[in-house]
Formats: sequence, C-alpha cells, structure tokens
Amino acid sequence: MSSYPEKFVYTKEHEWVNAQDGIATVGITDHAQHELGDIVYVDLPKVGSRVEQGKTFGSVESVKAVSDIYAPVSGEVAEVNDSLTTTPEKLNEDPHGAAWLIKVRMSAPDEIKKLLSAADYQSYVGAES
Amino acid sequence: MRYLPKSDSERKEMLAACGIETAEELYAHLPAEARLNRPLDLAPGISEYEIIDFFKARAAETADGYASFLGAGVYRHYRPVLIDTIVSRGEFLTSYTPYQAEIAQGTLTAIFEFQTMICQLTGMDVANASMYDGSTAVPEAAMMALRVTGRNRVLVSRVVHPEYRQVLTTYAKHQGMPVAEFGYDAETGQIDLKDLERKLDDDTAAVIIQSPNFFGVIENVQAAADLAHRRGALLIFVFAEAVSLGILEPPRDADIVAGELQSFAISPSFGGPYAGIIASKEKFLRQLPGRLVGETLDSNGNRAFCLTLSTREQHIRREKATSNICTNQALIALMATVFMTVYGKAGLRELATQNLSKAHYLSSKVKPRFTGPFFNEFVTTAKSAPEEINQTLLARKIIGGLPLGTHYPELADSLLLCATEMTRRADMDTLAEALK
Amino acid sequence: MIRKVRQHISQNEALLFEETSPGKAGYQLPELDVPSVDPQAALGAPNVRVEIEGFPEVSEVEAIRHFTRLSTWNYAIDLGLYPLGSCTMKYNPRVNEFVARLDGLAWAHPYQPESLSQGALEIIAELESALLEITGMDAITLQPAAGAHGEFTGILLVRAYLESQGNPRKKILVPDSAHGTNPATASMAGYSVQNIKSNAKGMMDVSSLARLLDEDTNNEIAALMVTNPSTLGIFEEDIAKVAEILHAKGAMLYMDGANMNALVGLTRPGDFGVDVMHLNLHKTFSTPHGGGGPGGGPVAVKKHLEPFLPIPRLKRVNEAWTFDYKFPQSIGRVRAFYGNFGVLVRALAYILAHGGNGLKNATIDALMNANYIRRKLEPYYDLPYDSPSMHEVVFSDDRQSKQGVRTGDLAKRLIDYGFHPYTVSFPTIVHGAIMIEPTETESKRELDLFIDAMISIAKEIEKDPKFVLQAPYLTRTSRVDEVTAARRPIVRWRPQRTSSQAAD
Repeated sequence: MSSYPEKFVYTKEHEWVNAQDGIATVGITDHAQHELGDIVYVDLPKVGSRVEQGKTFGSVESVKAVSDIYAPVSGEVAEVNDSLTTTPEKLNEDPHGAAWLIKVRMSAPDEIKKLLSAADYQSYVGAES
Repeated sequence: MRYLPKSDSERKEMLAACGIETAEELYAHLPAEARLNRPLDLAPGISEYEIIDFFKARAAETADGYASFLGAGVYRHYRPVLIDTIVSRGEFLTSYTPYQAEIAQGTLTAIFEFQTMICQLTGMDVANASMYDGSTAVPEAAMMALRVTGRNRVLVSRVVHPEYRQVLTTYAKHQGMPVAEFGYDAETGQIDLKDLERKLDDDTAAVIIQSPNFFGVIENVQAAADLAHRRGALLIFVFAEAVSLGILEPPRDADIVAGELQSFAISPSFGGPYAGIIASKEKFLRQLPGRLVGETLDSNGNRAFCLTLSTREQHIRREKATSNICTNQALIALMATVFMTVYGKAGLRELATQNLSKAHYLSSKVKPRFTGPFFNEFVTTAKSAPEEINQTLLARKIIGGLPLGTHYPELADSLLLCATEMTRRADMDTLAEALK
Repeated sequence: MIRKVRQHISQNEALLFEETSPGKAGYQLPELDVPSVDPQAALGAPNVRVEIEGFPEVSEVEAIRHFTRLSTWNYAIDLGLYPLGSCTMKYNPRVNEFVARLDGLAWAHPYQPESLSQGALEIIAELESALLEITGMDAITLQPAAGAHGEFTGILLVRAYLESQGNPRKKILVPDSAHGTNPATASMAGYSVQNIKSNAKGMMDVSSLARLLDEDTNNEIAALMVTNPSTLGIFEEDIAKVAEILHAKGAMLYMDGANMNALVGLTRPGDFGVDVMHLNLHKTFSTPHGGGGPGGGPVAVKKHLEPFLPIPRLKRVNEAWTFDYKFPQSIGRVRAFYGNFGVLVRALAYILAHGGNGLKNATIDALMNANYIRRKLEPYYDLPYDSPSMHEVVFSDDRQSKQGVRTGDLAKRLIDYGFHPYTVSFPTIVHGAIMIEPTETESKRELDLFIDAMISIAKEIEKDPKFVLQAPYLTRTSRVDEVTAARRPIVRWRPQRTSSQAAD
C-alpha cells in the first residue's frame, strides 16, 4: 500500500501538486505509475509554455499504452524535469520525489482548493480499484 | 478440396462435438434477410494444373520477350536467384507480423538489418521497417514534416514522379495540408531554385524534391536544403531509382528521405507489390510512421530484437497515431535486404556504374533534351510523334520510352528513355535508328 | 503434456555487418557491352559518393546461410496453427506463388502498351468481378495496398460522396471493439471519432445508435465503421436495421472486411445494407502475410459511391481492356500504378482453386473449427459473451488472472507447446482477452493438439502459476525485454563504439 504525502493535493486523473510560493510542482501519483506499468517515455511541454487546469500538457507511455497527463493548475511552465527523457524509469521508482514532471508558475493559485487532499485521494483510489 | 484438411467423417465427429448434426446449424443464427440463398455465381473450383494453364495463357498476352526502354519509377534490374530462394522459405513467407518476439527473431533480425542498410544507403540516422511503396511514402513523409514543424503547407517539385504527386494530393486534401508545386529549369531539367525560393513561406513545413528526378536528372540537394532550411522548412528527399544510391552522394542535407525500393530486385509485376521506406534524422524518430524494430536483450542476456516505439502506431494511439498503416511490405523489404546483401558494397557500385555506362552509351546516339547530369534515364526530343515511333518499334519487339505529353504538355514531343544493366547494346542501336 | 514439439539444435548467427570482410562479394555482373563511363566525369565529382559506409561484404554461400539460419528462428503457418484472432492466418497455396512469378506477369511494366498488357488486365477484371459477386457490391477498386489503406480509401469515398450532397459532415462512429486502424483512418480523412458501446450480447446496441442519430440534428455523423462479424467473432444480427437507421439520416455504413472469412458464400455485405467496405486479400484470400506484408485492400462500393472511386478504372472497349481516367468526381489516386498486382494474381488463383462452392465450404470449415475450440475450451476458460461464434471465439483470462496469470503470460506458455499465441488483450472490451481464430486450414489433429495445450496450461496455472509466468522455456530466445527496447531505442546497427561515443 502506497502512502500519499500530506502536503500534496491530488486530482482524480492521478496527478499530484506541491504548491509553494506560487510555484506548483506537478507529478503523477504512485497509483498512476503502478497502473501504467513500466514507463518507457515521458513527453513534456517546453519551459515558457502555458498550461491550463484540466487540459492535457503531456503524456506518459508504457510499452503498449499512452496516457495523457492533465494540468492540475493553470500557469506558465517554469521548469521541466529533463532527466526523465533519458531515465523514464524514475517515474516508476520515485513518482512523488525525483520524478516530478514540471514546475508551474501559477496564474490562479486558488485552483488548488478544488483538488483532493491526501486522505480523499487515498479513499478515491481505494474505491476505484 | 485440397486446401481443406478434413475427411467427412472427421467433420461429422466435430459437428457432434459441437452438439449439432449439420453444418447448416453453424450459421442458422444469421438473420434470414441477410442470408445468401443461392450458390455464389463463380465457376467450380479447378485443379492446380488448370490454374497454371490459365495464368500461363494470361502471361502470354503480355509483353514477354520484348526489350524495353521504360523506366519512370519502375526499373528492369536483374534479380539474383537467391532472392526468391530466400523469400520462398515458408518460415519467412508464411509468418505473421513479428509481435511475438520469441518466435519471430528471424523476421525481426532481418528487418533490423534492413533498417541499418537503408540508413547506410541514404545517410540518414533511422529508417522504418517499410511503407507500401514510394508513392505513399511521400505523403506520409509530408505529414511527418507537419508534425515536426507545426506548419501545414508543402511545396513539391514538378519533377517528382507525377503519380507520387497525385497520391500526395489525395492524401493532402482532407488534412488541411495545402500542396503547391514549383517548376523546373527548361534547360537543365533540374528544379528551378528561384521558383522554389519565391514560393517558400513561413507556413511551409517541407520542400519535396526527387533525385534522380522524373526526367532522370540529378538534383542539387544541398542548394534545395539550404533554401528550405533558411525558411525553417524541412527538406524531404525522394528517390524512385534506388540503384542510383550505389554511386550518388547520399542526401545528407535532407531531413527526411522517402523512397521506393523496387529497383532492388523487386519484379516490376505490373506496378506492385513494391516497398517504400521513410528514413530521417535521429531527432525525428518518434514522428516516424510505421513499424520499427529495436535491439534489446532476452531474459538470458542474449541479444534479441522486437518491435518498438509502438505507441506511435494505430493499434495503441488510435485516432492520434502517426499513421493508420498496419500491414506493410515486410516480405518485399526482405527481397531488398537479400539484394543489398548479395551485391554488397562493391556490387551496388559496379551495378550503378553499369547503368550509368549503358544510359550514357544511349545518350551518345540519342541526344538528351536537358543538360543536367543523369543516371540511367534521360529525356529526348523526338522528330515525329513519340507514340508513332513507339508503334514502329513494337514491330521489332521493342517497347520504346515513355511519351511525356500526358503529364508534361510542354514536353509532348519528348520521350523518357531508360537503360539498365539488362539493356542490350543492339537494342539501343535499333532504338537510336528509329529515333533518327 | 507437450505433444507437438521437442527441442532441437538451432544455429547462432551474427548480423551481416559483423560477418562482413572487405573484398568478399556474392555477385558477378556480365562484361559491359558498351564503354565504361567514369562516374566522376559523367556526374561531377561532388555528386559521386566515396562508398556506402558499413554496407555488407559477404559471399553467396554466407548470404544463403545467413538468411536460412534466421528463417529457422521464425514460427510460420507452414509449421502449424496460427490462432491469431481477426488475422485469418490460413494456408498460402504454393501454386499462387508459382503463377505470380511467370515471366509475362512478373516482368510486366505498368507503363507498357495496353495492347501488350491484356493478360494482366484480364486478371484484374476477373478478380474484380469475383469479389463483387462475393461481396454483393456494385463496383470496386483494387488499388489500395493493404487493409488500412483500403479503409482510408473507403472513408475518402464517403467524404467525397457526402460533399457532393452538400455536407461532408464531421464524425465517424466506431464501436468499442474496433481495430485501431478504424479511428486512425477516420482521423487521416479529416473526421473526428466517436466511440459507441457494445451491448451485453457483444453486439452494437441498436436503440442507442438510433438515439445517437436522432440527437444528431446538425447531421454531423458521416458514417459508422463496423467490423462484421465483430472482433468478438459475433455476427451483428441487427446489421440491416443499423444500415436503415444510418441511411435514414443520409449517413453511410462502412464495413471493415477483416473478418470476411466468416461470411464468404453465406451472406453478402451488399445484401445487408453496407455502402462501402474493404477486403484484406492477405486474410480472406490466402495471399501470404510474409512477416507483415504485402497485403491487398480492395474497396467495394454501392452504385452511389462509384463515381468517386480512385482512377484509373478498367473499361472494356472494342473487345479489349483499357484504363479509363475520365472520372471528374474521383478522389484521385491512393497509390501509384494499379495496386499490388502480384497480390491480386495470388488472390485470383485462390478463388479459381476453390470455385463458388469451395469458398463456401472453406467458410463452413472455419466456423466449425472455431466452434469446436469453443466447445472444448469452455469448461476451462471464461467466455464473456455467449452469442453464437462465427469464425473466431474470444475468451477472457478472468479465471486465470485470479492466480496472477494474465492472457499475455498464458500466450507465452503456449509457445512452449509448439503454437503461436492467439491474439492477446484484444478486443479491449474483454478483460484479458484470449482471441482465437483457427481458420479452415487446420486439421482435426492440429486442433486437438491445440485444445490439449490450452487445457494443460489451464491446469498448470491451477497447480503452479509462478511456473507459467516465466514462460517460454523452450524457445531459443527467452522473454524479450521490450521495456528497455522502448526506453533506449537502438534501431540500427553501428560499428563497435569507442567509450567516448558510448557515453552519449
């Protein structure tokens, strides 16, 4: 059973957000990486591009599936985790840590209030599986 | 029936096992209105001997035994016997697409070698496992350029094979991909670089050129690439006569190469099956359409191959796939692989040089219309109607060149002539006589 | 117990590039009968390449051994049952190969005069007319090179027709059991895709389809693409009604002919309301799959779509065949020349061998084989849809996955028993799909061996699921690491890298 950090908030599409000082670090959850299986490729936006809450901003691929990733918050991409291009397996190994995807300079920080707490997400994935 | 391996008593036994008595019960659930209540109106089945007879009769109603100066995208090259020996092996001929890597290493290894040889030949970094043919590889390459550049217009040279351009037009129509053409230089027969420069704009995703072009003339690839790149467009290099790459500088300045491998010992076969390819620079790998084979290890640590990067393809990405292509031309690509192996480094060069020599012998007797350098084909202007000349040649069992009027009205007085290593000197002399 | 196979020696073989040594050759060209030309002089030095770097240099003996050794690493129809669902891996008659290689056909140039092509044109004409009789359609093009290419052609025809009616429309409906090529095709033809769900019988839900069309007040639905029988091997019993519903709104019914092997001689798409369909000659009509092609994807249409067919089309004039290019409404060309002619020759040879009744008998045997397997395996595997099976049957791995063994693992174990796996995990509407299509090609003995193997594996899973997870054990190549292949793609051979190159 995986544990979901309390300081993150979560989406029903299985992204997590760690918001600090107007910057949101975004990743996919342990549940998501487990469902996807061995991740072989991550497609991420360029620094400076805009993302919008609820819209896709990239995708993750296993050998036989592609899954879109949805932006949990809106804003401008401030940083991209380039290391995932060469070592996508990090997403399987450390989804809540080293394998963050992008950092977003939030344009509407209130958006995170709509997202799930760790406990809510835990019970959501419990119910889903 | 000889293809159905069951006796009547076995059938009875199997039907009984299914809990039914008659074969009709197997499809009794088909709705009555959809049922065909009569036999198919086709002749009764015939024996192997009769089948051969039928096709021999059809084969006799063709140009068997004629010498030919036709090229124009389909070339008569000698086919080493080894090629059919290999591709007739049931293990290659009757195997499926190699999705189950553990029992398809033969096909997978051969495709990996194919991809490598296509890269070596074209100077590109990566190549796919094949497309249907050259004509469909061109629009697939164009769509790839759209994905890479985020632009939507393509510019195609008028001396790209006319049928390739027609296929491009069909594909482009519903993709929001405007296609514009640029002209050729009336003296050299090469693309008109000034016209290209005029027509390039910031919406142009790709410039498509063919070399040798439809007139057999070798293009200045670097000049075209420079113009395209200056406006942020890609250069797509098309080839229809693969043997030319035995001697011609590979199109290193191109971004994508789309080609036809018919010249590599694939029978003309009245237009197909052939095999197309798409090759490109490494950075466009994930935008390639079609299947790709990659190297990996098996669980015992031995080298093994498998289909890879499949998430680009239709069976996974569905409506967002790079192409809808599924079945390609694997067996034909294998023919080309064996051809490249048999001729090898020295052989392909010697073969290309023989082609060059034959065509230049012909050009010493029949004057080329254009001044640009050519490989094994060139355009000549006839003294009388090309169709009439061809008619008189037929009486001597010679098929003349391709009259160009249909696709190039301004060249209605001209013929496209091709000479390969299989063209005999005596026939060239006869042709030259007729064209005098 | 494994009855069909036992292990034997197989040869190792390096890649061609590793076997190469300079100066070897597998060819010999005749002496030139014309003066030899210096390439640099004829073409200009910058146009002439120095060499083809890395290209192989091997002798003829090494070449034949190389490819023969590789070939022995393949499974093939010639070795046994290939139960891939919706792939129709049937016997490839060798006489077809023989006739396609007759000089007059194999060396026919597509631009040679029509007067010297009558035999080739006659073959095209005969095949066209046979396929029209088999499908019950009105007109046909043999130009598309494969099934997906046929789909693309067919949807372009729909689009051209609807445009001529004033509105090309926007959407193509695709059932959730469809092949991936269907949505990919719709999108290539400029349409968006809407998925529709199957009902509990594994068929299209007619009432929800009717509702969908009722709600389509702006006439956005252009066509429905349906595979019939579906990828579940189930005949869409309401297909005529489906056609009616679509036609009432001016939409078209497209049939994916991938599963036509279930229908030949029994029922004709043209008789149950299909407007346009493609055939896969490399499935139904026995042309060899060749490790992934070539194929043939003829597209047959009803009268109203005929004016839009690709050019050129065959026409009979003065007792001779000729190509006609004058169709102003045509969608144009989808391929150079006239399609995969060599494949057409083989398909016609197959039809001639069977004849009308023979084709129907083949269909019946295909149905019987699928139903026989279904009956025998039903006690061991879950059957998610119990509608009657046509030419294929789809089980699920529900029972086995409870032991931790999924359809993909089971398939790999089947290899140890001497069989190619069935289609794994497709159609996706079945959880853990095990999709089996035996075709008419299989003898009772081969089917019994397969059934025994499947039952034996089911028992192995009961006893020792972990054992099955590591399969295959008996192949020369053990489980292939597809994950690493995709993470770090190596798609061509390169000479031994130095350590500095290896780093990038």
